[in-house]
Amino acid sequence: MQSIYEILEKRILVLDGAMGTMLQRYEFTEEDFRGDRFKDWACPLKGNNDLLSITQPEAIENVHRLYLEAGADIIETNTFSGTRIAMADYQMEDLVMELNFESARIAKQVAEEFTLKNPDKPRFVAGSMGPTNKTASMSPDVNDPGFRAISFEELKDAYREQAEGLIKGGADLLLVETVFDTLNAKAALFAIEELKEELQVDIPVMVSGTITDASGRTLSGQTAEAFLISVSHLPLLSVGLNCALGASQLTPHLQVLSDKSDFAVSAHPNAGLPNAFGAYDQTPEQMAEQIKEYLEKGLVNIVGGCCGTTPDHIRAIAELVKEYETRSFFAHQSAN
Amino acid sequence: MTGQNPNTINKQQIASNTKRYLHLSGLEPLVVTPESNFINVGERTNVSGSRKFLRLIKEGNYEEALEVARHQVEGGAQIIDVNMDDGLIDGKEAMVRYLNLIMAEPDIARVPIMIDSSKWEIIEAALQVVQGKCVVNSISLKEGEEEFIRQARLIRRYGAAVIIMAFDEVGQADNFQRRIEIAKRSYDLLVNKVKFPPEDIIFDLNIFPVATGMEEHRRNAVDFIEATAWVRKNLPYCSVSGGVSNVSFSFRGNTVVREAMHSVFLYHAIKAGMNMGIVNPALLEVYDDIPKDLLEYVEDVILDRKPDATERLLAFAETVTGKSKERKADLGWREEPLQNRITRALVKGIDQFIEEDVEEARQAVPKPIQVIEGHLMEGMNVVGDLFGSGKMFLPQVVKSARVMKKAVAYLLPFIEADKDENARSAGKILMATVKGDVHDIGKNIVSVVLGCNNYEIVDLGVMVPPEKILQTAREENVDMIGLSGLITPSLDEMVFLAKEMERQEFSVPLLIGGATTSKAHTAVKIAPHYNGSVVHVNDASRAVTVVGDLLQEETSDAYKSRIKTEYNDFRKKFLDRAKAKSYLSLEKARTNKLKIDWKPEMICKPKQLGVEVWDDFDLNLLVPYIDWTPFFRSWDLHGKFPDILEDSLVGEQASDLFDDAQEMLKKILEEKWLKGRAVFGLFPANAIDQDDIEVTPLMGSGKPDLSNTKRFLSLRQQGAKKAGVPNIALADFIAPRESGIQDYMGCFCVSAGFGTEEKAKQFEQDHDDYSSIMIKALADRLAEAFAEYLHQQIRLDYWGYAAGEKLGNDQLIKESYQGIRPAPGYPACPDHLEKLTIWELLGVEERIGVSLTESLAMWPAASVSGYYFAHEQSRYFGLGKIKEDQLSDYARRRGISEEEARKWLAPNLAENE
Repeated sequence: MQSIYEILEKRILVLDGAMGTMLQRYEFTEEDFRGDRFKDWACPLKGNNDLLSITQPEAIENVHRLYLEAGADIIETNTFSGTRIAMADYQMEDLVMELNFESARIAKQVAEEFTLKNPDKPRFVAGSMGPTNKTASMSPDVNDPGFRAISFEELKDAYREQAEGLIKGGADLLLVETVFDTLNAKAALFAIEELKEELQVDIPVMVSGTITDASGRTLSGQTAEAFLISVSHLPLLSVGLNCALGASQLTPHLQVLSDKSDFAVSAHPNAGLPNAFGAYDQTPEQMAEQIKEYLEKGLVNIVGGCCGTTPDHIRAIAELVKEYETRSFFAHQSAN
Repeated sequence: MTGQNPNTINKQQIASNTKRYLHLSGLEPLVVTPESNFINVGERTNVSGSRKFLRLIKEGNYEEALEVARHQVEGGAQIIDVNMDDGLIDGKEAMVRYLNLIMAEPDIARVPIMIDSSKWEIIEAALQVVQGKCVVNSISLKEGEEEFIRQARLIRRYGAAVIIMAFDEVGQADNFQRRIEIAKRSYDLLVNKVKFPPEDIIFDLNIFPVATGMEEHRRNAVDFIEATAWVRKNLPYCSVSGGVSNVSFSFRGNTVVREAMHSVFLYHAIKAGMNMGIVNPALLEVYDDIPKDLLEYVEDVILDRKPDATERLLAFAETVTGKSKERKADLGWREEPLQNRITRALVKGIDQFIEEDVEEARQAVPKPIQVIEGHLMEGMNVVGDLFGSGKMFLPQVVKSARVMKKAVAYLLPFIEADKDENARSAGKILMATVKGDVHDIGKNIVSVVLGCNNYEIVDLGVMVPPEKILQTAREENVDMIGLSGLITPSLDEMVFLAKEMERQEFSVPLLIGGATTSKAHTAVKIAPHYNGSVVHVNDASRAVTVVGDLLQEETSDAYKSRIKTEYNDFRKKFLDRAKAKSYLSLEKARTNKLKIDWKPEMICKPKQLGVEVWDDFDLNLLVPYIDWTPFFRSWDLHGKFPDILEDSLVGEQASDLFDDAQEMLKKILEEKWLKGRAVFGLFPANAIDQDDIEVTPLMGSGKPDLSNTKRFLSLRQQGAKKAGVPNIALADFIAPRESGIQDYMGCFCVSAGFGTEEKAKQFEQDHDDYSSIMIKALADRLAEAFAEYLHQQIRLDYWGYAAGEKLGNDQLIKESYQGIRPAPGYPACPDHLEKLTIWELLGVEERIGVSLTESLAMWPAASVSGYYFAHEQSRYFGLGKIKEDQLSDYARRRGISEEEARKWLAPNLAENE
């Protein structure tokens, strides 16, 4: 099988769309979330989407399948909140390893099935590593700006545990995503480096930041270029942006990454901005039309969707990218 | 690799090249390219380099320590070096706390951090709290290769660049060969073994002192510079940095030489490739401005060009440092020719020998007036030139004037006796502080300076009614009128005077000056009413040139028409801009008031209600509370105290002035020249009718006197605000009556001015304007200090809402305490009429004798009055402009006509056109 580096030099790869949006369609109840195994769990579990990899594995498998059918080259594991920091909300810190392992295993299994059917279009599994629900650079206490609710060490240990589960479960890549605080991402990258050394594996890493509003900065205050500089010390597969904004709002910031980075560039925007009820209205055609601008300007190597996107959105994107050349970049031929 | 088109390859090359620059980041990027100017690293946030910073960290005063960083960034530092290595503090904890706090300040955190420590444990803790790409300062081969590689790997993993010290197992590199050997060895290990990107490597090649007298130190600078060139040539992509002030270490105390050494060293090191470093910009001379002789001596030392370079620079340095001492002791100049002696006495402000010199001059000329026109004017011309070119400073000029006056006073009887023709002066100028205003420091300075320039001054003093100004102008046939004022109502007096001058068909130029005056006000409000020239003179140094341009026949017409055009344009632009500003209706502004969710527990009932008087207060207690910065400003010396004493430009003058001030302050205190008095009171109060505050005085029994309540009227901001920003009025800081919560407020008047006028007059009689201005300036400072002191007593004791507060003087000056003491006439409440209410409520005049003039200025002038607000959300703000609707509402509340209200609030009314 060709390496993802080689393929990226030839064509634009498509990342899948939202997992959460798809799972909402199942309208799972508290009992569905609990399944048999956790029926006596001490706290409510509804909303713990990552847990569905254990209690409703068919649903997860099915979502992956829909995205692969739509044309996604890379699917993300159902592990956005799979750290012991985020799982503390459900008192499930000790299940983290299993959750990540199972999620990666399910995704890998479906991906291999599709690769087998069409070896010319190999499919990859990206282990999704979300930002956690704590921030290392900002104080949650307005009266004490020097206070921090989480330390670098705690974040690093939590990410290391998650990455280990993902790698052992079969993830081909790791995707540190929705980075709103670069220090959190640096802790994740630090953990991944430690793990790579210890397990003697070489796994490509993608990093994707989040520009939260019209200021053009991350939540922790960095510009796109400052963010890029702060994560460029490791041999990444790609650096990019996702979430918070729709495709067109991301364009100027992707331009910065594209101009200043030697890595591949990725984008997985939301389906526009949420409406008054928090739902996303952008149709697949509308979104594809906006993503066209990335392609015409040659800004990206990997493109997909975040909140509000569905297999139909991904299908429209997958059709679109076929017509465009990939952005040329100075690839690290391998991470050795 | 196959199938790539040529474009791709081309872009790859470009991309790979761009990557080979040092990239750093805070919230914003910093990319160091070959085109970048020298990167200046801020060095004040370093406990081993700054005693002040160390003290702040030791005291746990992180708030002010943050100001140090902010100051550095505002001053242009592109990276800030943070160092907490001190035996008496927990360096790791201090580093983490400080960096965490910096991260919460976007205007500081925008630049990258340089983590400076000799302890790996501190470096690693710091790397864990900064999101941007930092520089680690520093690691070296000191502990061997293994540790070096381990640290470098971790730094890489944390994503930082690194400074490598030229240091190895043997010791610090101290010659060219050792520097390049260690640099090469470090570089090879980092690039080949650690895979550290070479562009992230910065070498510190050890800047050591030169001119120490030790033979082996002679080449210290040259070796550094040559090693820099070698490193930049042979170790691709890396940078070279260093701490520059080390090089001049042996000349500590001799600022002139040190500054020259720094700039010479940098000039050559930067040429050799040093591209970043720690430089104190205050200790840096402009290379081109270094006197040629000094430059040669310094370059000889830095570049080791002569065997005896050090001895020669040392000898020369003696003459540079000697200057200030020589002035007191060396009387060699007394041997010089007469004119030189007189000029020198004037330039240096030495009055010791002036009478004997003037007598000698008088005997040498046919008429005594010729001494003034000849010898003295020649000397004063030198003073004027030096002053005009920025080489002398105001306090020096005022001292020169003192000598001049003494000389003239000596000559006057001879001139009188000899009187057969009038002494020709360059022009006659009437100076006055307008009606209702008592401030005259600025006016006196301008008078003195003009007097020195051979203008005849008719000084009418303070509180001069317009009729008197115009009548005197006519009788004395003056060539120009100068008006001064400090308080806002004076602005209207000036407008009135301009109108009167027009009506009475004057044509002489009108000069406007004083603290509240501005070019904008002069152009927009005064100039349109008078067809003659109206010029705003913002400082004494400009007065001479302006007056000269106006009165000299050759320049006069051209200058007058230029000023007219300039002011017309300025006015037009100003009005256009004012139009663009948008305002809310008073009603809308009131809905957007500062909304405090009043709770009874927010209110602290004062420990002592009612009025208290302090008669004959011990002024000694106020000395620590003096804020010296405005003192220097009143002498036209700009800069923050105490830094101003070290300022490269005005430091020497500021120090002299400060010494004189200390000397007089001592006399004021010891000989009790001045008397301090205060009256203050705390009262039950509630906000009523939106913007008013009702205050209830207490009866003799201590019971509230409900039949005798007083009302403070506050004014509300009407400028359109951003979302979430309220339109504030002072009344917002007091609980409204409908909340049912009893709130409190206070007011006060303090004065340190009793006795000032008598002393000032005495000095003036002795022709010593310098001392006369000095005592007024000091009395003003004491009054301000008194207000600060009293406010603290209120907070801690009389009201007691901040009993636990502990603040140093710097914090007091920065007002970093809870509660405010705004003064009527100042930005939050520009309405001077409020003073009448304070005077009634406290019985100010009866109790301590401070009175109000018809313009409501306080007399004696060195007095401060105001209100006290205690709520934690109360803060100082500027009212800005108000609209007609608030003006009529205010007139109604005040019970005066709109016309009268308009007069009092004129400076704050938005333009109607």
